[in-house]
Amino acid sequence: MVAVQNNNIIETRNINFYYGDFKALTNVTMEFEQNKVTALIGPSGCGKSTLLRLLNRMNDLIDGTRVEGEVVFEDRNIYDPDVDPVEIRRRIGMVFQKPNPFPKSIFNNITYGPKLIGVKNKSELEALVEQSLNQASLWNEVKDILGQSAMMLSGGQQQRVCIARALAMKPDVLLMDEPTSALDPISTAKIEELIEELKKDYTIIIVTHNMQQAARISDYTGFFYLGKLIEYNLTEKLFTNPEVSQTEDYITGRFG
Amino acid sequence: MKWRYFKQNLFLGVVRLSALTIAISLGGFLFYIFVNGLGAISWEFLTLPPRDSMTKGGIMPAILGTIYLTSGAIIIALPLGVVSAVYLNEYAKQGPVVRIIRLGVNCLAGVPSIVFGLFGLGLFVVFLQFGSCILSGALTLGFLILPTIIGASEEALKSVPQTFREASLGLGISKWHTILRIVLPNALPGILTGSILGIGRAAGETAPIMFTASAFFTAKLPTSIFDEVMALPYHVYVLATAGTHIEETRQIQYGTVLVLVGLVLSIDLIAIVIRSYIRKKKRW
Repeated sequence: MVAVQNNNIIETRNINFYYGDFKALTNVTMEFEQNKVTALIGPSGCGKSTLLRLLNRMNDLIDGTRVEGEVVFEDRNIYDPDVDPVEIRRRIGMVFQKPNPFPKSIFNNITYGPKLIGVKNKSELEALVEQSLNQASLWNEVKDILGQSAMMLSGGQQQRVCIARALAMKPDVLLMDEPTSALDPISTAKIEELIEELKKDYTIIIVTHNMQQAARISDYTGFFYLGKLIEYNLTEKLFTNPEVSQTEDYITGRFG
Repeated sequence: MKWRYFKQNLFLGVVRLSALTIAISLGGFLFYIFVNGLGAISWEFLTLPPRDSMTKGGIMPAILGTIYLTSGAIIIALPLGVVSAVYLNEYAKQGPVVRIIRLGVNCLAGVPSIVFGLFGLGLFVVFLQFGSCILSGALTLGFLILPTIIGASEEALKSVPQTFREASLGLGISKWHTILRIVLPNALPGILTGSILGIGRAAGETAPIMFTASAFFTAKLPTSIFDEVMALPYHVYVLATAGTHIEETRQIQYGTVLVLVGLVLSIDLIAIVIRSYIRKKKRW
């Protein structure tokens, strides 16, 4: 394997993860480079989403789970007892599989988080909304209907509201859990372009079922199978000349 | 082929008949009360206290008493019930302890109301020395409707999509703020429905208040929560069973029942209007 060189923002070290007695991840060690897009691929149930949710402690919310090993972000293990998961999630944002805007106006969807962490000034909030929606390439479509419910938008637009909402918290890393699997091809293309744009300012880690998508948008790709990281490589290398035969079997469609 | 259609129609008929039976019984009941009670209703009936050993005059103190007791019960039970439901549904680890608490809540819902009355008498009236008064009655009624409110609130909290919680927590918002800003506002219509049921029950119960709050007769209006009050259901009970003028007061009894039913229905109506307004505003 080609190890990712320096500039790592997050590293996992010997991660084992359990749902009750079921071991979902085995000894996963991987590094995520800053300002790059890293894709996690593999068949359903291989542990890729579990790993993603480990990176900002979203798995804490599920009863009966257990983590062994370390996730290092800015030189500290985010699973240390003195680390506040709420703080971690502010720095490492998340976009979910199904668009999940709040039943509020577009404006209030974006300002919900910032308001609660102390941004009170109205013009500051307005600027933040414009900036975040611009970053999510949604501003031109919604600038005249900011007061309308986000639930009225199309699925693709809703997902971009969710991205804008995450960006408004000014995170360093954006985790995306199959963000386009519930969307039509045109919306998917828009989100993919957006990811390309966003990596200038953010580190993006994306789980995807769609191998073409991983090949199109990512710099690095990790292939998971049965809870193990089988191969982790430059995307181009992994898709054209994989080092492990299981990877080749998967990307050529022989299983999964 | 024909047999299948016959079965289908038969089943449909049974379902329709059941629904119709409920509608007709309710309609018939309301009609009966209305026809018999309407004669008693007058401005004096609603605004004056009873006189001549309660065979004449109005029922104003009882109306007021029921409003005080019911509002008191809601003020006590709603916050307690909602907070309990939030604990059970959002914070508590699902396990044996929570199961036992839930079982307890369900048992509480099945306890006969006279038992609540005796409990209230023992705890509030005697042990805590509140005496027979609005406070004791409202507390007793509050405990009576607590299971209804906890149950409805839990259902309402469960109906808030998990994705809303994930979205908020994923932004790095604390659990407490997520519950306060996202979960509770979206559960509010359901919680209100629970309160409606609670209000109806609290206003109509006789047994819990007969030892804890209600007076046989008092023309004096309460000036504090430590005063005894008359109440509509107890007034009906007294007139219909305990007096020496049962037949002469028949009209007053029907009138009182009509006022009680009217009061409960209008409270329900207010809550339904609020609920549908909130529902229209929030949709997902």
